[in-house]
Amino acid sequence: MLIIPPQWRQWSLFLASIILIFSLQPNIFVRWMDFILPMLTLGLTVMSWAITHDTEYRISRQDILAGLLIIGAMVLLAMLRYIDADWRWFIPSRPPPTLLVLMLIFIFGFLAVTLPRLSSSLSIFLLVMIGIFLVLKTDFLAETVSAWWRNGTGQDVSQASSLDLNWLGFSYVAFRLIHTIRDRQSGILPTLSLRDYISYVLFFPSFIAGPIDRAERFIGDFKNLTETIQFSERYQRGLTRIAIGIGKKFVIADTLAQGMALNPQNAMQIDSAFGAWLLLYGYALRLYFDFSGYSDIAIGIGILFGIDLPENFANPYMKTSITKFWQSWHITLSNWVRFYVFSPLSRYLLKRKPKPSPILIVLITQLATMIVIGLWHGVTVNFLIWGIWHGIGLWVHKQWTDRTRKFYRDFKQKPQQQMIADVIAWGITFHFVVLGWVWFALPDLDSALRMFASLFGLS
Amino acid sequence: MAQWRSILRVIIKALVLFALCNGIFVMMYPAEWIGNFSLYGMLYPYRLRLPYGENPAQSYNISATNLPALFASHEIRRKKSDNEFRVVLIGDSNTWGWLLDNDETLSAQLNTLDILVDSQDAEFYNLGYPIMSLTKDLLILDGAMHYQPDMIIWLVSLASFPPEQQFEPPLVQDNWHRLYDLNDVIFLERYADAEERFASTLWERTIIGQRRSLADLLRLQSYGVAWTATSIDQTIPEIIQPRQSDFDNDLSWANYSEPVTLSTDDLAFDVLARGIERTDDIPVIIINEPMFISDGQNSDVRYNSFYPRWAYDQYRTLLSQVAEDNGWQVYDLWDTIDPNEFTDSPVHLSANGTHDFAQIIQDEIFDIGE
Repeated sequence: MLIIPPQWRQWSLFLASIILIFSLQPNIFVRWMDFILPMLTLGLTVMSWAITHDTEYRISRQDILAGLLIIGAMVLLAMLRYIDADWRWFIPSRPPPTLLVLMLIFIFGFLAVTLPRLSSSLSIFLLVMIGIFLVLKTDFLAETVSAWWRNGTGQDVSQASSLDLNWLGFSYVAFRLIHTIRDRQSGILPTLSLRDYISYVLFFPSFIAGPIDRAERFIGDFKNLTETIQFSERYQRGLTRIAIGIGKKFVIADTLAQGMALNPQNAMQIDSAFGAWLLLYGYALRLYFDFSGYSDIAIGIGILFGIDLPENFANPYMKTSITKFWQSWHITLSNWVRFYVFSPLSRYLLKRKPKPSPILIVLITQLATMIVIGLWHGVTVNFLIWGIWHGIGLWVHKQWTDRTRKFYRDFKQKPQQQMIADVIAWGITFHFVVLGWVWFALPDLDSALRMFASLFGLS
Repeated sequence: MAQWRSILRVIIKALVLFALCNGIFVMMYPAEWIGNFSLYGMLYPYRLRLPYGENPAQSYNISATNLPALFASHEIRRKKSDNEFRVVLIGDSNTWGWLLDNDETLSAQLNTLDILVDSQDAEFYNLGYPIMSLTKDLLILDGAMHYQPDMIIWLVSLASFPPEQQFEPPLVQDNWHRLYDLNDVIFLERYADAEERFASTLWERTIIGQRRSLADLLRLQSYGVAWTATSIDQTIPEIIQPRQSDFDNDLSWANYSEPVTLSTDDLAFDVLARGIERTDDIPVIIINEPMFISDGQNSDVRYNSFYPRWAYDQYRTLLSQVAEDNGWQVYDLWDTIDPNEFTDSPVHLSANGTHDFAQIIQDEIFDIGE
């Protein structure tokens, strides 16, 4: 960004984000899927922009230019079909026929123009996003789609697998799109041009795995790109953050992944309770260093490009309660779910007549919130249980603190007791979270129960 | 401009620091010293056989070549008790226990026999390594001498004897300098070019040059967790392809395409001799290990897929002759195991076969000691 003149920085970021969603998409062994899925990402984003901007919004010349650049980029990338494979290294495989790409562009354009005219377009779009989520996260549905796609493109249907639908970044794109739709429904979404909207949703450092920024915050930084920015300070800060992230991800997490962390294979081979605990601790640390390392890299790259992405982790394993843990683990996801699941559901239950008891309201909202987070990782029994595990944990903690607040308040004058209480609270919290990872790490109920038996010497 | 200067300064400092670290690493060359540090015996239980694994993600084991690190992970490092008679088994994959669980290996089967030697409990340690080379055995024997053995049982087979393959294993190539340390002189004249062939260049001694070996050290420690949890150190397939029983009319062996008269110089008896010298007064028992003897097609030409009869018969004669000349204790147990007890190769025994072999060793070697 240092070498790009201020007036071109926003456009550069916009174009880079569009092209990189095609480049970063992994190769998929289903014909044309690894080109069409990024196209769908772009198409959905444009449609979402079309339905979320203000009714009084007038399409500007900048929007038309942005639209033309999107179409131009897709067509140019599709034209790579006609050049030698060695020269299209930055896209995963040979693009589909240009005619098909043009047809898809036409369909996306048509929908982007017609959808806003529907009165319930926001709700329909919301349901479509949730539907796609369900398909991607449910093995059976994902496999069915893969089989259908393979059939349509003349490939062997028997090879269809749920893993085929490796749609890079969709989960995080969907979070951002749903955020803008819900905020539009609530009337709090700021007006965004097509360029700004696309840049927000597809900002490449956070495209794959977050953090999940909020549109109004991102746009503040994005608009400042045209100002004079102290890039030397940003380079120092950004490169340091990237170095820390690389260390966490590629040194610590990847080392932990080599025989030190629980996985479905070794879970079935465990014959020692001590070893089982070592593997579980290893998994907990690996997960943290992997994800927080990735977030550090994304935040670091964001800093280099003049965008300060929100923090995603704040020493979660050092927290003394499950509530504090969820305020410091995948913070942007927790916030997102709090805004769009927990708060609306709480408000709905509070308004109900007759009003349920406060204890029940807390239980329902905590469970619903954590179940949504669980199922977002995959529609499986284990993720459901993991969500319930944390939902109940949060609820129990809330009941405990409500009833012991006065007792703990007295500890403030007794630092020694406070310290002992903190250590015990940390131990309980840490082990509650770590044991919860058993549901998260293992694919089915049997292997998870077997793991619990191993941990407690019962196998 | 000031921004670029600042970035340039950082890059230069980083490069200088990196070069300095590499320089110190080259001068101190601490790779082997680092190998002595191990979580085995502290956090993890010791491994029961030397680390070896070509598929670490499945077997939780790794083929590292840092000899101190291999020993540091092995139970041989355990403190020797007062009443222990420590017997070290050295050999190839047969001794290591290819396709056998840890409780089925030769050392494990011998340990279950509760053998007493001079009223002391004989404890058998598996220091086999699944590669056929006497020089590799010699290196391991040299390492084992630091752990107070009372007896060495060295299991050999003809495939470990061809001189040209003595330096083939990466374990030998990466530790060739240790062979020179054995006697302060070039110990084997015929391998005098080893220094030229295998001495590391300056670049290879840097952190960058040693990155693979350093990463292996780290992985050896990291796979210790899975080893602790599962006791698995080898991937054993459900279906094992059995060793070959029928052969072509093929007389070739090693570098020979047809039968020749072998002399002691054609086989690496000098390595065996240097090993026995290295052990000073500690008894060394050499066992010519059992092998599969086929009665299939062309079995009049070959005993098995490894050995034509002409080579193996001459080897046995030479071994017996050299042993007699030098006063070595050699037990020729080549045909003592039922052919049905061999698994995927002519030298790999099943658990039952290994049990029988242990029984034979007890009868032949330890009978008099009780």
